[in-house]
Amino acid sequence: MKLFAATLLVSAAFVAPALAQTNAPIKIINVGELSGPGATVGTNFKNSADLAVAEINAKGGILGRKIEIVHFDTQTNPGVARALVQKAIDENPYAIMGPGYSGSVKVSAPLAAQAGIAQVMGGEAAELTQLGFNTLFRTSFGQQSSMPKIAKYIAENLKAKNVAVIWVNNDFGKGGRDMVTKELTARGVKVTADISTEAGQADFAADVVKAKSGNPDAIFIYLNEEESARALRELKRQGVTVPLVGETTLIGQKVIELAGDAANGARGHIGLTVDAPNDNLKAYGKKFQEKYNYIPDHNGIKGYLGVYMIKAATEKMGKVDQKGLPDALKGLTILAAKEPGILMDLTIDKNGDLDRDSFLAFVENGKQVVKETLPKMSK
Amino acid sequence: MMNFINLILSGLATGAIYALVAIGFTLLWQTSQTINFAQGEFVMVPAFFVLAALNLGMPLPIALLVGLALSMLVLGVLFKNLLVDPMLRHGVLPLAICTMALSIFLKETVKEVYSAEASPFPSFLPEGNLIVFGATISIQSVSIFVFAICAVLALQAFLARTSTGRQMQATAQNPYVAKLLGVPVKRMIMYTFLINAALVALASFLISPVYLAKFSAGETLGLAAFIAAIVGGFNQIRGAIVGGLLLGIVDNLAAAYISTQYRGAVPLFLLIAVILFRPQGLMGRAEERTV
Repeated sequence: MKLFAATLLVSAAFVAPALAQTNAPIKIINVGELSGPGATVGTNFKNSADLAVAEINAKGGILGRKIEIVHFDTQTNPGVARALVQKAIDENPYAIMGPGYSGSVKVSAPLAAQAGIAQVMGGEAAELTQLGFNTLFRTSFGQQSSMPKIAKYIAENLKAKNVAVIWVNNDFGKGGRDMVTKELTARGVKVTADISTEAGQADFAADVVKAKSGNPDAIFIYLNEEESARALRELKRQGVTVPLVGETTLIGQKVIELAGDAANGARGHIGLTVDAPNDNLKAYGKKFQEKYNYIPDHNGIKGYLGVYMIKAATEKMGKVDQKGLPDALKGLTILAAKEPGILMDLTIDKNGDLDRDSFLAFVENGKQVVKETLPKMSK
Repeated sequence: MMNFINLILSGLATGAIYALVAIGFTLLWQTSQTINFAQGEFVMVPAFFVLAALNLGMPLPIALLVGLALSMLVLGVLFKNLLVDPMLRHGVLPLAICTMALSIFLKETVKEVYSAEASPFPSFLPEGNLIVFGATISIQSVSIFVFAICAVLALQAFLARTSTGRQMQATAQNPYVAKLLGVPVKRMIMYTFLINAALVALASFLISPVYLAKFSAGETLGLAAFIAAIVGGFNQIRGAIVGGLLLGIVDNLAAAYISTQYRGAVPLFLLIAVILFRPQGLMGRAEERTV
């Protein structure tokens, strides 16, 4: 009897930690821009990731396990971002989310790749998924997907011959500027003013004067959200009337809020928006607004569906396997009909790039209005 | 030519803001040997007082008055009584370091209490454009310049033509002699702090609609105003005005005609040149101090 009790105790001592491990929460660490110039990006991403985690946990979690999400603040500093991704790896998370800024992603991705941990991030610079980091996954289009659509719109719809390009001098901005310049040139459109600006720049008076000096038919603006808003205000102050074209960062909700009337008339390609004619996106936008009392921008949607990408890949594996997650994400197609949290049908390719529908939108009367849905490239 | 006019005009508007903030630097230095390294954050904070008042449902004019009153209380009275007075007796350097700490404290407080994100700030100035000789002139830029310059001229008139203003000047020139002559030196110094608070509040209300209200908005402004004060002459109000306007124009012209990337360096080159060839500043006077 004593021998039986002792055996039982010893067995329990070995089994208990394993059981506890099985039921332990799945830890995700979000490394994001919660302060500094990228605070808009990081805060939207964080809030939406929290929303998704709360929803999933309320429905029992992933494969019966709850998610625990922890947030680290990069202060919009690539050096800090890299250090925090290393700190996150040391805490052995199931997956890493973020950062949102391409420069921060670029310096931190090698660490996650070396550790074999999936990094579901918000960066859009074209090169990020071409550098061979096999654990890196986008939550939005890369510039190689969006810029050809913008250049086509400028050349064919606006019939512009001369374009001024205002871009932010960081990895995100430079990638976009290089890509759009190449695409515009290929379509016979001349870049008459190539204006680099600094991240966090407050005064755009001189930049707008330079843009105007080339008498452009349109101005392409590729800045981060706050700078986009300041640039739009300055363009309005200086009476610029030519079409202002950009990407998601020009006509996002936060930009519209910050720029006010100056945002009216701006237009561009947008990968993710709660104003899209899509019930899942609208429902997400409503839930977000009820919880946080403001309209989320595309960064918010990235954070939300990033968590659902991890959920879908884990359920595909049928187990919580940190090392298997990157492979499970590659080639994965997630249908919104089966997983509404993914918002739109989504395919992830072997490099971590995405394919899904996107939109052409205008800002009208302080609201983003989707004019056209652009289908998945593979359709 | 039209572009040049636009650059000069927007440079003057920005420069006038620098001048307002730089005057605060010179006033505090002259009356209490205070170098306030939190001056940039002093420009950032009033915008958030106004936004808080607006969030409580106050109309813009009332919110601006509340912002001004709170600025004078917090950035004037409390700043002097709680930080400057206790630290100044230990010398200029400990006080300067304390203002650096205050700068961080203000930024982090606004970030925690309000938001790390930028917020739109309503303008009380008219917007729109004027077409003058084919050039599109921003009414807002002109208004900012005119408003700021009017404030500076009013301050100059107050200092030169009123009894209180002359007593403040006497305090700035020699507090010991002023005291012997019956000038209430402590009260005059307090007035200086209140004027500085009012100037930074005005700068905040003028520039925040353009730069947006953000916890980090004071970083650039504080540095630019400090450089403007040194370039113009740290001990002369007219120096701060000249320095501010010059810096605004040089910054804009450098960004347009030299390089956007190096625009931040050009004011520093100007600063180095002034320190090398005219250390007292363009309009300043050489001072001798007993050490």
